[in-house]
Amino acid sequence: MTVRSRILILVAAVAVLAVVGGAAVLHASARADRRNHTQAGGPRVTPGTVTLTGNGSMIFRNMAWGPHRDELTAVAAGDPSGPRTASGVKCLRFYAASGTGVCLQAVHGPVSDTYRALVLDDRLKVVHRYDVPGIPSRARVSPTGHFAAWTAFVGGDSYAGTNFSTRAAIVDTRSGRLIPTLEDFRIVKDGHPYQAADANFWGVTFARDDRTFYATLATRGSTYLVRGDLRARTVTTLHANVECPSLSPDGTRIAYKKRVEGLSKDAPWRLYVLDLRTMRETPLAERRSVDDQAVWRDARTVVYALPGDYGADLYQVPADGSGAPRRISTAAVSPAYIG
Amino acid sequence: MYVADSRASKPASADGAVRPVAGRRRAAIAPTVLALGTVSLVTDVSSEMVTAVLPLYLVTGLGLSPLGFGLLDGVYNGFSALVRLVGGHLADRGGGRHKWVAGVGYGISAVCKPLLLVAHSLTPIGLVLAADRTGKGLRTAPRDALISLSSTAENRGRAFGVHRAMDTAGALLGPLVAFLILRATVDGYDAVFTVSFCVAVVGVLVLVLFVPGGRRGDAGAVERPTLRGAVGLLRRRGLRRIAVCALLLGLATVSDSFVYLLLQRRLGVPDRWFALLPLGTAASFLLLAVPLGRLADRVGRWAVFVAGHGGLLVAYALLLTAWRGSALPYVVLALHGAFYAATDGVLMAAASDGVPEALRSSGLALVQTGQAMARFACSLLFGAAWTVWGDRAALAGAAVALAACALFSLTLRPKGTVPA
Repeated sequence: MTVRSRILILVAAVAVLAVVGGAAVLHASARADRRNHTQAGGPRVTPGTVTLTGNGSMIFRNMAWGPHRDELTAVAAGDPSGPRTASGVKCLRFYAASGTGVCLQAVHGPVSDTYRALVLDDRLKVVHRYDVPGIPSRARVSPTGHFAAWTAFVGGDSYAGTNFSTRAAIVDTRSGRLIPTLEDFRIVKDGHPYQAADANFWGVTFARDDRTFYATLATRGSTYLVRGDLRARTVTTLHANVECPSLSPDGTRIAYKKRVEGLSKDAPWRLYVLDLRTMRETPLAERRSVDDQAVWRDARTVVYALPGDYGADLYQVPADGSGAPRRISTAAVSPAYIG
Repeated sequence: MYVADSRASKPASADGAVRPVAGRRRAAIAPTVLALGTVSLVTDVSSEMVTAVLPLYLVTGLGLSPLGFGLLDGVYNGFSALVRLVGGHLADRGGGRHKWVAGVGYGISAVCKPLLLVAHSLTPIGLVLAADRTGKGLRTAPRDALISLSSTAENRGRAFGVHRAMDTAGALLGPLVAFLILRATVDGYDAVFTVSFCVAVVGVLVLVLFVPGGRRGDAGAVERPTLRGAVGLLRRRGLRRIAVCALLLGLATVSDSFVYLLLQRRLGVPDRWFALLPLGTAASFLLLAVPLGRLADRVGRWAVFVAGHGGLLVAYALLLTAWRGSALPYVVLALHGAFYAATDGVLMAAASDGVPEALRSSGLALVQTGQAMARFACSLLFGAAWTVWGDRAALAGAAVALAACALFSLTLRPKGTVPA
């Protein structure tokens, strides 16, 4: 084959491949138009004022297609599939309590996205702003509104590399002082001081005393429920195989996802409730794998997200293992109950 | 992070050879080397595109939890070393099938890209990534053997330098292309994988069309490449010394991620800038690969190889001192990139001198594998030392070990590594 014909073959092939690649990009960018159209039969969304002090409302990230996709949106807690009021504030993850909100959002840079955490006041005005080092995963605010926490996935960027870790941060929303990573806390595991380079934390949940929190600690392939002390800067392991803990309003129980033997690697979790006094585990009636940090709607009910047609839908299930799960809202994620 | 680790895990890539032109002091880069450099550049654009978006894709695209995904990395590192040795050996058999073994390696990686479009859960994705790395392991040694065989002893350092520079350029461009596609689309991971596949196919085509095949016959006549022959290479003093030194120095080479982590801790680099640190190393590597390759041709490859580790030692020392000037990250990253420029391709050029042509691929694979395993062992040891004694003590230990290994390597200086 002459050099000329080789070059011709290459040029022709590049032309064909460029058309294929270009078509793929065009197809993917046309998605933007589709998603900006309100879907038929979806929830009704109107722009309006959303506050974090309203009575009996649920605020969440609206995932329904249309102009208000990804915005913080309010519905009446008593009618969660009813009409929605969109705030105009876009968040990937959200939580709120006592008039303080935390919103994890993407910042679109010229090349790649970066992420930040916003601490919001009751009118959704930004009070503090922090860089988040990776893809946002969990967000929580203490019942008093005085502390907020978030978790992000970091790493996983070596060539075909598959090592991920998490970074959990806690901020005092009054002073703005940030604890960038819980890895700086002293770990007490099974009664002894414990050090490990592979320690990862995620899924912080707060008690009412502005001092105690709970979270997941992962090390050497196992996960633990830890109780943290913000003043002593320690975390103490309490129970094994607990992820994404969520403390009940009365502070006596933890709803969490438990890795159950024999389930598929992609859907390994079941929802459980742990009684902190007896350490007894109760499986909940949801039979599907839940990858979410549940929210206590009241002392008897937990709410969580499962994958749905437009990203995620919200479900609720009794916290005592009885009853059956029920879908309460479609195209919604990251709920917080206000008032 | 991706750019730097990609380099660390691929001690070899392919590029140009230099053929003396009558009456001229400076020879041109051999077309084969340029072709292989192009293949590597294009392939790295393709693979780094995927690497850059993979975490985001798993978490936001598929809603999978990526934790624990890396549990099998240790096991896979061992398998990958084996694949590399097999690739080296297969390429030598039959009188130089380097091009075709390398082609199969590039081909496997290319086919993996569209498979990502249909793999939607962790196990299939893990298998696709493993296949991708198998392709990478297969092609590395034959490609470096091709570079080495298509350059002359006098210009080999420069040939490898040109190749490494092109390779790194691809690794820098890949993430940029991927993020531009994500920016132009909505959840455009499918577009990223499709474009990545198209780019990978171009790489394979360039290899098939513009890299000449093996020289059938002439190689096999001298020494038939057998598995025993390949292992027997270690009985040659020159190669054995190079392999031992590469192994020892590898044992004292702290992995890139630890260097960036130390830099971040020392300076309090904000998390948002953390991802940019590997770009500093890559830029320095890109700029210095050719000059240092030429220097190695002139003053001796072994000298430059050991001096590169000296540069790394200075970087460690700077991280250990109390100096916190604003220039520190630039100096450390420049030295870190210079370390790669002075050692990565230069080691292959140096090792080439001690291996007969018929076993070139096996010999290079042997050295690369030894070095990669040593670096992996060092990561494990360093991580453990960090946990027990803290980061400064661990780094001080690594610095002492590196100094000792470098001194030892200087005294062991293999024969025949200095051309003419």
